Amino acid sequence: MSQAFTKSMARNIFFGGTTFFFLLLVALTFDTMQVLPKRDHRENITPQVASGKHIWEKNDCIGCHTLLGEGAYFAPELGNVYTRRGPEFIKAWIAAQPTKSPGRRQMPQFNLTDQELDDMVAFLKWTSEINTSKWPPNIEG
Amino acid sequence: MQFQSQKVAMPYFIAAIGLFVGQILFGLIMGLQYVIGDFLFPAIPFNVARMVHTNLLIVWLLFGFMGAAYYMIPEETETELFSPKLAWLMFWVFLVAGALTILGYLLVPYASLASMTFNDAWPTMGREFLEQPLPTKLGIVVVALVFLFNISMTVLKGRKTSISLVLLMGLWGLAIFFLFSFYNPSNLVLDKYFWWWTVHLWVEGVWELILGSLLAFVLIKVTGVDREIIEKWLYMIIAMTLITGIVGMGHHYFWIGTPEYWQWFGSVFSALEPIPFFMMTIFAFNMVNRRRREHPNKAATLWALGTGTMAFLGAGVWGFLHTLAPVNFYTHGTQITAAHGHMAFYGAYVMVVLTMISYAMPMMRGRVANSGKSQIMEMWAFWLMTVSIVFITLFLTAAGILQVWLQRVSTTPLGFMAAQDQAMLFYWLREITGVVFLIGLVVYILSFFVGGETKESAAQ
Ligand code: HEC
Ligand code: HEM
Ligand SMILES: [Fe+2]
Repeated sequence: MSQAFTKSMARNIFFGGTTFFFLLLVALTFDTMQVLPKRDHRENITPQVASGKHIWEKNDCIGCHTLLGEGAYFAPELGNVYTRRGPEFIKAWIAAQPTKSPGRRQMPQFNLTDQELDDMVAFLKWTSEINTSKWPPNIEG
Repeated sequence: MQFQSQKVAMPYFIAAIGLFVGQILFGLIMGLQYVIGDFLFPAIPFNVARMVHTNLLIVWLLFGFMGAAYYMIPEETETELFSPKLAWLMFWVFLVAGALTILGYLLVPYASLASMTFNDAWPTMGREFLEQPLPTKLGIVVVALVFLFNISMTVLKGRKTSISLVLLMGLWGLAIFFLFSFYNPSNLVLDKYFWWWTVHLWVEGVWELILGSLLAFVLIKVTGVDREIIEKWLYMIIAMTLITGIVGMGHHYFWIGTPEYWQWFGSVFSALEPIPFFMMTIFAFNMVNRRRREHPNKAATLWALGTGTMAFLGAGVWGFLHTLAPVNFYTHGTQITAAHGHMAFYGAYVMVVLTMISYAMPMMRGRVANSGKSQIMEMWAFWLMTVSIVFITLFLTAAGILQVWLQRVSTTPLGFMAAQDQAMLFYWLREITGVVFLIGLVVYILSFFVGGETKESAAQ
């Protein structure tokens, strides 16, 4: 870099640029917070949905699955599993694990109660209704 | 080594390398579970192995950063560390907390661990990379604050260089953005939105300040190039990092419920994120070419050049590959993501910590550089691990392309599990390459125990 361009000029670009773009992020975040309620349908987050999310976290489902494309890539996407499989399949599936099919990837038995299974399904249903800009590309996730 | 207190970096580096071994072993377990699905089931389910693997990575990198800071700050500020005792104390606190957490993951069902650690009162667990129980998260905050206090006090009483200020900003940023891990609303979209304020603003934000600062420090030492020039580069690199990387966070806001304008902001700004990484590559090679001295530690120079190169490949090139919204629509949450994550973490953060260890460890052991024999071994380890990561990335990329094609692009899409079956060959190749990586790591560790003639560092 040329001599005319000094270290203090570089430092000023750093502080100025960082401040500007951090403020831009804050502004965009503020706007996002205004728009989100229409896209996440938070009016439908019942105590049951909240409980479902809690059970999701307590059993670390994200350690094998993706949810809206984030998480682990070992097992199917579950953001749209409600649409793909429906509530009864989901409950029956979770209750029936593991498959013990030799050599096949396994999902543990979590011993969820009927109530917890219903909560989980409520959470997955709410998740499937988030406006994700048409992601995933198809029903397979 | 110019100051006695720098030596407190040694236990941090040793712990880092030890946990690194653990990380790789659990990586190999998961790699095998990808191909032999019921391997070690139900003793170690995949998700448990994964949280051990990723959390060990984060913890050992933090050990590495802290060790690097303890080594570097006294030398930069030309004064002894504020309190070596505090540094030792925090070392044990962090190590014990880390070990207990890992044991908790392995020995207690996760749901019970959550109940035992007040997760019902204040839920923070069960989110990717932030799986730690509440007490561990609080412990991380305490350790970070005490560490920052120690380092900041040292800087305050000594010489204030740009390199140490940048390091300090990076480390404070690390602690501050970790606080978002305590925010976990029931609204999944909000949860995800602010989850990235820890994860993205770490690896594509404040950690890059730490990376740049460590690299600049080692480059000054091994090349003898004028500090003014190096620090000017450093400021330009981190300026570009934050100018592109802060709003570049939008590349995670395409499909999680956030408004569609993020597709523009995220694509445009994150497409520029490779620039600072490219500058880092040019920086490293340029400084080494303009070197004013022949430092006997060739291995450290190799690691520094490797960091510049591999960070650009992993973060810059593999990041760019899937960062534009129309591409990411298809690749989001596939093996392409995994491929990028591996090369970026290794190329940037693993390698910069190993660069620092390579430079500092001989100094702390009373010599300018290790013996020729030991350095040759270390360079073998460099190549074994680096080439392995390149191939792991290539195999995961191949698996990812196949997955995207079969499961998402095809007009008759396969289900997830059926598509995975088609990628088995690449998963096997990845696992075999992982074994070569482990061999490289073993060679690396052995290189510390190889004797031979060394230069004493009395003059240093
Ligand atoms: C150890 C890894 C692992 C964990 C943890 C895990 N799963 Fe799974 N899950 C799997 C695998 C593997 C499959 C696919 C198995 C198969 O097809 O044989 C699966 C499949 C499913 C399916 C069916 C998907 C479909 O499209 O058919 C549902 C629903 C599901 N899991 C829900 C959950 C929930 C809810 C949790 C958390 C309580 C969870 N899983 C935790 C591994 C896991
Ligand atoms: C050293 C710096 C970097 C590291 C350590 C890193 C690491 C990671 C990791 C671990 C993930 C996966 C996150 C998850 O689990 O959901 C990820 C995702 C992603 N990264 Fe990076 N990254 C870095 C830099 C970059 C850069 C510079 C770009 C863009 C040019 C980029 C683009 C992306 C994108 C687009 C995703 C989302 C992938 C998806 O949609 O599934 N990354 N990164
Ligand atoms: Fe990112």
